[in-house]
Amino acid sequence: MLRDAEAAVETTLRRSYGKLIAFLTARSGDVAGAEDALSDAFATALVAWRAQGIPENPEAWLLTAARRKHIDTVRRQGTTKAAAAPLALLAEERSAADEPSIPDNRLALMFVCAHPAIDPAVRTPLMLQTILGFDGATIASAFLTSPAAMSQRLVRAKAKIRGARIPFRVPEAPELGDRLPPVLNAIYAVFGAGWGDPADAATDSRSLAAEGLWLARLLAALLPEEPEVLGLLALVLFAESRRTARRDTEGRYVPLADQDPTGWDTALIDEAETHLLCASRKGRVGRFQLEAAIQSAHAARRRTERVDWPAIWQLYDHLVALTGSPVAAINRAVAVAEIRGPAEGLSALDAVAADPRVSGYQPYWAARAALLGRAGDVAAAQAAYRHAIALEIDPVVRSFLQQRSAGLTETGL
Amino acid sequence: MQYMLLIYGNESAMQSRPKEEMGQVMGAYQAYTEAMQQAGVFKEGAPLQPSATATTVRIADGKAQVLDGPYAETKEQLGGYYLIEAPDLDTALAWAGRCPGASHGVVEVRPVWAM
Repeated sequence: MLRDAEAAVETTLRRSYGKLIAFLTARSGDVAGAEDALSDAFATALVAWRAQGIPENPEAWLLTAARRKHIDTVRRQGTTKAAAAPLALLAEERSAADEPSIPDNRLALMFVCAHPAIDPAVRTPLMLQTILGFDGATIASAFLTSPAAMSQRLVRAKAKIRGARIPFRVPEAPELGDRLPPVLNAIYAVFGAGWGDPADAATDSRSLAAEGLWLARLLAALLPEEPEVLGLLALVLFAESRRTARRDTEGRYVPLADQDPTGWDTALIDEAETHLLCASRKGRVGRFQLEAAIQSAHAARRRTERVDWPAIWQLYDHLVALTGSPVAAINRAVAVAEIRGPAEGLSALDAVAADPRVSGYQPYWAARAALLGRAGDVAAAQAAYRHAIALEIDPVVRSFLQQRSAGLTETGL
Repeated sequence: MQYMLLIYGNESAMQSRPKEEMGQVMGAYQAYTEAMQQAGVFKEGAPLQPSATATTVRIADGKAQVLDGPYAETKEQLGGYYLIEAPDLDTALAWAGRCPGASHGVVEVRPVWAM
């Protein structure tokens, strides 16, 4: 019984946390208040469920408990003006008791977290906390900041949501075009924070990449008509399909070009292809669909045994034109080199070099080093590898770059 | 809920404008104010005289210290304000975006404490 109650609390926490926070905040506009009420409710549940058994509908039980806590808090604050609030909440509780299931306000909560009035740097952490229930210390370690600094930023953002009254609503068609990209970026950043870290385990049982994928799936379920939402999901699935293939049996880094396609997860690739196809039928191309299409071209190697570089070049042309991103321009240069040779690839890279953002970007130096090596300019290639190695944080990738540098020969690789 | 729209702009650029352009700006503000009144959003609003007319007061050692000039000597100065009634930040931001001041300078949107 004891174990059962704990397991039930844990399961409900995982499955329902974001839904409960979203439901509570959509009515009060107070994220911090909802979090406090819900954490009290979970503590109460642990005791009550041990004693009385697990309720038939744990989610509804927790919601009722959280609302009572919330009403208590409002009462304790006790000004005459606030007296109307608990009455409204009580009335709502009665009507909510008749509701068969709790309405899902998570989409509105995502739009609040990634609202243009919220500091871009805190949007992803806010989503991790409110929708996934991550604690401040875990989020801080994922974003390489101190827990104190992270919690201060989160507190400030929540105070702004409440104080400035950022509305809990899903923007409609004319506005959606501007409001959706920050949501997509924030979800992609959750995935990226885990993907970039091979040890990716934010806590004992949760990985950020898996949670990012979960959020992308959730968003696709809530906004199935938006092609960029499907594009994001496809992109994340393609990346996830290659998770284990990035390392060999001895834990060494394996670049995409050298990966054995039989090590890729075909079920995830198939799912990604389905979403990408569905997105492309809607006739509105965007950044995430283009990036997913590039991944699709790479994934096609498992069938054709060769990479369709002309298609990839063309897709990067679109992506560069659409986003102006130096990262896309670097990858485009690599595709150019595959078709036209390292000299043309290098001149395409030179065109990006003027961008101040690339000088501190490891993949730029690694790409440059590889192309210089293929062109037979060993000294310049080694210098570029030194830059790349100095910028890389992951020791596994660093030793891969060191090996490549040591293996350079005058004849070119 | 009430929001304050604080309109900041480059004063010297504003003052060196030709007369007819000034007339156009005034016309744009008039139309904007009327639109807010019709929508029931407008509470109050006014342009401010140039920051050269500003005086700051602070109490130091129990005595009022009066100084010539605005609080901060910056190129962009507070040039006017609106107080509006809006249900949420998105509505307030939409109105701020329509303000002629958003095209020449910036409009800061601040929620007002409900007392």
